[in-house]
Amino acid sequence: MMILHRLLPQTPNFDFVGKRVIAFVITGLIILASVISLGTRGLNLGIDFQGGLLMEVRTQARADLGAMRNTLGDLSIGEVALQELGEGGHEVLIRVQRQPGDERAQMAALEKVRQALGQGVEYRRTELVGPKVGDELFFDGAMAMALSIFAIAVYVWFRFEWQYAIGAIIATLHDVVATVGLFSILGLEFNLNIVAAVLTIAGYSINDTVVEYDRVRENLRKYKQMPLIDLLNLSANEMFARTLITGGSTLLAVLALYLLGGEVLSGFAFAIIFGVLIGTYSSIYVAMPILYYFNLRSTVTKEEEPAKEEAAG
Amino acid sequence: MHYSTWKTVSVLIVCLLGFVFALPNALPGDTAERLPRWLQPVTLGLDLQGGSHLLLEVDVDSVVKEHMTGLVESIRTKFRQERVRYADLGHDGTKVQVRVLDGENVDKARQMLREIDPQIDVSAGDGGNFVLTYQDQALVQRRNSAVEQSLEVVRRRIDELGTREPTIQRQGADRIVVQLPGLKDPGRIRELLGKTAKLSFHLIDDSTPLEEALRGRVPPGSEVLPNAEKKSPEDPPSYVVRKRVEVGGDNLTDSQPSFQDAEPVVSFRFDTVGARRFGDATKANVGRRLAIVLDGKVISAPVIREPIMGGSGIISGKFTVQAANDLALLLRAGALPAPMNVLEERTVGPDLGADSIRAGAIASGVGLVLVMLFMVAGYGLFGWFANVALIVNLVLLMALLSVLGATLTLPGIAGIVLTMGMAVDANVLIYERMREEYRNGRTLINAMQAGFERALVTILDSNLTTLLAAGLLFWFGAGPIRGFAVTLTLGLFTSMFTAVMVTRLLLVLWIKRARPKHLPIEGIPA
Repeated sequence: MMILHRLLPQTPNFDFVGKRVIAFVITGLIILASVISLGTRGLNLGIDFQGGLLMEVRTQARADLGAMRNTLGDLSIGEVALQELGEGGHEVLIRVQRQPGDERAQMAALEKVRQALGQGVEYRRTELVGPKVGDELFFDGAMAMALSIFAIAVYVWFRFEWQYAIGAIIATLHDVVATVGLFSILGLEFNLNIVAAVLTIAGYSINDTVVEYDRVRENLRKYKQMPLIDLLNLSANEMFARTLITGGSTLLAVLALYLLGGEVLSGFAFAIIFGVLIGTYSSIYVAMPILYYFNLRSTVTKEEEPAKEEAAG
Repeated sequence: MHYSTWKTVSVLIVCLLGFVFALPNALPGDTAERLPRWLQPVTLGLDLQGGSHLLLEVDVDSVVKEHMTGLVESIRTKFRQERVRYADLGHDGTKVQVRVLDGENVDKARQMLREIDPQIDVSAGDGGNFVLTYQDQALVQRRNSAVEQSLEVVRRRIDELGTREPTIQRQGADRIVVQLPGLKDPGRIRELLGKTAKLSFHLIDDSTPLEEALRGRVPPGSEVLPNAEKKSPEDPPSYVVRKRVEVGGDNLTDSQPSFQDAEPVVSFRFDTVGARRFGDATKANVGRRLAIVLDGKVISAPVIREPIMGGSGIISGKFTVQAANDLALLLRAGALPAPMNVLEERTVGPDLGADSIRAGAIASGVGLVLVMLFMVAGYGLFGWFANVALIVNLVLLMALLSVLGATLTLPGIAGIVLTMGMAVDANVLIYERMREEYRNGRTLINAMQAGFERALVTILDSNLTTLLAAGLLFWFGAGPIRGFAVTLTLGLFTSMFTAVMVTRLLLVLWIKRARPKHLPIEGIPA
């Protein structure tokens, strides 16, 4: 029983904020790598955003990818990517790039592929996204990301102070950029599910940051004379067990999803796993050190009544 | 720690209701079907039960263009009747222009143009030039009714196929969403919806040989239409057809597939107006050829041997049985006012859906066990309390999804798994706070009380921010992503309830029973 707390230090006393320079260098490198990759390699956009075809088929005999590639390659429908799914070797994922022209061109390509594959295959999944819808989904996804970060900032500003809002926004943006950057660096498919994952990561990261800030605010009222750097460290340390346990349980749940949830969700689960790690990192090493550079005391002492429960603490 | 009786009772009632409403999800499918309507399992999305999702766009611009063509034709007819000489009659898709040649007729022409349609603005320029435009309101109205009509036709065509529980909805200005659960092959639906099925009967224009017409010398009022079924080399590639519609497909009352000389044909019957027109046309043109035109192609051009007065006939166009069936169906369901494009199609086979459910269930189960073990490793007995709250949370979540009629999608299952991981956060915050307060010298009961109260602010703040993100995800999310946002949002609510209310109830009961001396999660007695 309670193995975890025996493993964690009873009263941790890490100098998180003192290591801020190292943290900033690491953070800077992560962001730099992400931005450079996004700028040069870009994202491997899935058909949700790019338009095109995606088919998952099951063949009766073991699928012969080479033969299939030849058949589909002769259709003059541009690039066709094949990928084997599962263990049996009967399932193949077919991706056909967006056809030049309008929605009807996509439809025609779909018919061509179906005719070429003939009767022998079973269609487990067919997705066709025309250029119009692809553009709209991309716009909506980008809007959702931008708006949610904005809304979160406004909420934090409203509940805390503007300094916290800035810290929270930088930490959240950091996580979003790092996750999108990771997908760019690894060349993983970026589709609607990943947008949902990124927004979830933003939600998780802000959740973590708000919990830390909540403690900072409380401690500012409690310890009026403590130097800011010690106060930030104290707050992070007090929340350390919670951060690890919540992060751990979320990671376990998502790990189960990643390993057992099937092919459709694996990209999504992968993004969340990374997001939980980076979100935990950023709430300690990005969100906290930023507060160090703001004069938090001035706003608190001006507005706050003397803390009542100091005696108890 | 205090917990009033009415609070205890209401928490228990909520939990009980949750179990009742979540129960159908645990029953086998045929048992659940016999339950009353208000007690049904959660609706599965198309990605889980298999089926087809189609997003169609009605090409409304073509409706406007068609109106323009109609306007041009009626101007031509009127001017000819009244012997007004004109030139440059035509349209560019948004406006119709014409130049009246003789000066003394300009006033008369203006009067005639104005009388055609009150919804048309007629503006006169120099030298007898006229420009006719539809009023904006009229255009909006026409576009709108085209979409409404299309919706109706789509509905009739799909009903004819007998698909179970189709959903057909209008979306936005010119789009239609069709959802067909359980449909295995959307190819036929797509083919049926892809056809406008506009049928009309025209006379063949014999005045000009086809070769000459193909060289560009098409007589005014006629056009060259391709032959739909060119089976043998003697069949002409196309026909010169009068533009004038003798009878249109909107006058059909019924059409059925049948056989003639062992060949599949389509028989049809006109309504009274159609029957009279068809009778008149055939009576006046015995010996000439009648073109049956479907979607701009001639499907057959038989010679009229005798007047057809009965109002019924057959179309023989070298059909296959399937093609005859489809044509009969399309004619029965009526023509689409405008062509439609498929903007998006997502089809999942029932096998893959079942696989996804299985994978989702396994992942959820394993995730749940892992999280529960983790909580016990972290908090011992209190971890079990948190686990009870977590299970109640899942039950309530399923109950809410079922009662609200929400659709559970594959990303929705991901939302549930994620909720499990994140739901314990509230418990973690409360327990950690208790430990702190206890370590700071409070008494046991005091520390637990303070743990709840102080953690509550944090829980609210952190959950509300996540809720904001989930809400926006729902707002902007498309299709399955919405399902994810729904479970995530509902999961946040249920987890706040269970972590705060249910855990608290359990702790109060525990204190009463066990009369503890120290906080078990702190290990060392203070």
